[in-house]
Amino acid sequence: MPEPTGVIHDIGYQRYTGPRLGRRHVFGALYLHGVRTTFGLGRSAKAKIFPWLVVGIVLTVAAAVTAIRAQIGEAVMTYAQFADSMSWLVIFFVAVAAPELVSRDLRSGVLPLYFSRPLPRADYPLAKLLALVTALWLLLGAPQLMMFLGAAFTADGMRGVWDELLDLLPGLLYAGLWAVVFASVGLLIASLTGKRAFAAGGIVAVFLMTTPIVGILSVLPSQTANQLAGLASPSTLVQGVGIWTLGDLLITDPDAGIPDLGSFGPVYALAAVVLVAGCVALLLARYRKVAAR
Amino acid sequence: MTLIATESLTKVYGGGVTALADLTVAVEPGIVGLVGANGAGKSTLIKLLLGLLTPTGGRIRVLGLDPSTDAAAVRARVGYMPEHDCLPPDLSAAELVTHLGRMSGLPRTVARERASEALRHVGLHEERHRPVGGYSTGMKQRVKLAQALVHDPDLLLLDEPTNGLDPAGRDAMLALVHRIGTEFGISVLVCSHLLGEVERICDTLVAIEGGRLLRADHIAAMTSATDVLAVEVSEGTEALAARLAALDLPVGREGRLLLVPLADQATYDLILGAVADLDLPLHRLDQRRHRVAELFARRESSHA
Repeated sequence: MPEPTGVIHDIGYQRYTGPRLGRRHVFGALYLHGVRTTFGLGRSAKAKIFPWLVVGIVLTVAAAVTAIRAQIGEAVMTYAQFADSMSWLVIFFVAVAAPELVSRDLRSGVLPLYFSRPLPRADYPLAKLLALVTALWLLLGAPQLMMFLGAAFTADGMRGVWDELLDLLPGLLYAGLWAVVFASVGLLIASLTGKRAFAAGGIVAVFLMTTPIVGILSVLPSQTANQLAGLASPSTLVQGVGIWTLGDLLITDPDAGIPDLGSFGPVYALAAVVLVAGCVALLLARYRKVAAR
Repeated sequence: MTLIATESLTKVYGGGVTALADLTVAVEPGIVGLVGANGAGKSTLIKLLLGLLTPTGGRIRVLGLDPSTDAAAVRARVGYMPEHDCLPPDLSAAELVTHLGRMSGLPRTVARERASEALRHVGLHEERHRPVGGYSTGMKQRVKLAQALVHDPDLLLLDEPTNGLDPAGRDAMLALVHRIGTEFGISVLVCSHLLGEVERICDTLVAIEGGRLLRADHIAAMTSATDVLAVEVSEGTEALAARLAALDLPVGREGRLLLVPLADQATYDLILGAVADLDLPLHRLDQRRHRVAELFARRESSHA
């Protein structure tokens, strides 16, 4: 905006009489800020490298799957299977995004500036959690949408598109389950330390170190132990819920060594709910303590 | 309207540490200095004012609102500048203050405008777009002040705003706080452990020690009430002292000086009359303005 003259007038301090937005808007602003943060938007170029590398990989995989399907006319993987096969990338994405969301603020001591403002104490962690859930869901959901669009253009008639959509929706729901479980566990761990490297290491450790436990339990001589083995690790827990609810949308090849749950499917679902509820409760308790400091 | 009022306010922390004990004080809008040694309970009082802590006993009101039940309404009208470092190093001052403005409920464009305004008022111009990590301590303190100012509060709570600043930086910060209190129409509560600093800029002074109120009053009342006249005569000091005592003036001695409390202009006439009557050579007669520090000197030295 060019000034008509070179003179700067000090107009003094202006009181603000305009609108002050309520809790919902403030929560929304913090939430959007969080989603942008996970993808490094509004941040330095360095902060963008990792998130967009992961996004690039999942989109490339989706493009390859779509291309192969268009060529040979056979689906390489279902929508739900896509989330399963990307689980490692999801873990690494959480390990980078969760510390970026909460550990940074703990370290810089900026939290008193939030808690001295009108937003209620619980809103800060909840907005951050919702932001991470959204980011993970976008990470898993966007490639599925791409696969769907590819399939829809090659499908014969509206009926083919409709069938495809019926396959996509459970896939997106399943991606939502991945997002909720991984975000709540990851954010809780990250909220315990202000050191980003420790937080990232802790998240990777919790997700990966629990996998051997599943391995040990699944080779025990007890069949019940084998069937409940998946409860020991977040990834196998989510898979278990998927197997129970989605069935053949997730299992296309019965010989592929899919873990047998027996009749414990509902136990997996219950365990997932308890895990998420527990993590959220601990996260809120953690911030109640931080805010009073 | 009363700015801040507390009634038998008590705060005992979980470990049984009493941070505030039976504090009753009421202050009017303006610049309020809150002084006390480290650990006197200043930061605890600020957290109670913000509703971040709930009092163990007693009542507290800020701008007519109760922060323990109506925290959001209080915080919407209060700006807080913490004592410690609280700025993320990789954000620019403009980004940070804009974001915090939105957290106070300002619409997006308003937050951006008011952030640049607030930063301009504290004296940060082009450098506001650089990452805060590269700022000097003085610039960081200014950013902390700007974020407290961005949502146009009615009351600013400043916890040790001159911490870590060199003498020139302290003067600049105090001048800025004084300007906010007088020109911007915003009341300010300035916490400090340095009495000499806050007494220069504040209208009201609240002194606490060990969680208890030492004194709260207008600074004018504190100083004018203790103005004294110092009288020095080359000879006949004893005779003059006796004469003044006979005139019902409470005379104090300080070396060769006679100290007489200044009640009104008549005190001058009485002293001059006495000196003339005794025909003594008057060496000097001047008014001494007591520094507020002297009021607390005895108590503070006993504390230290």
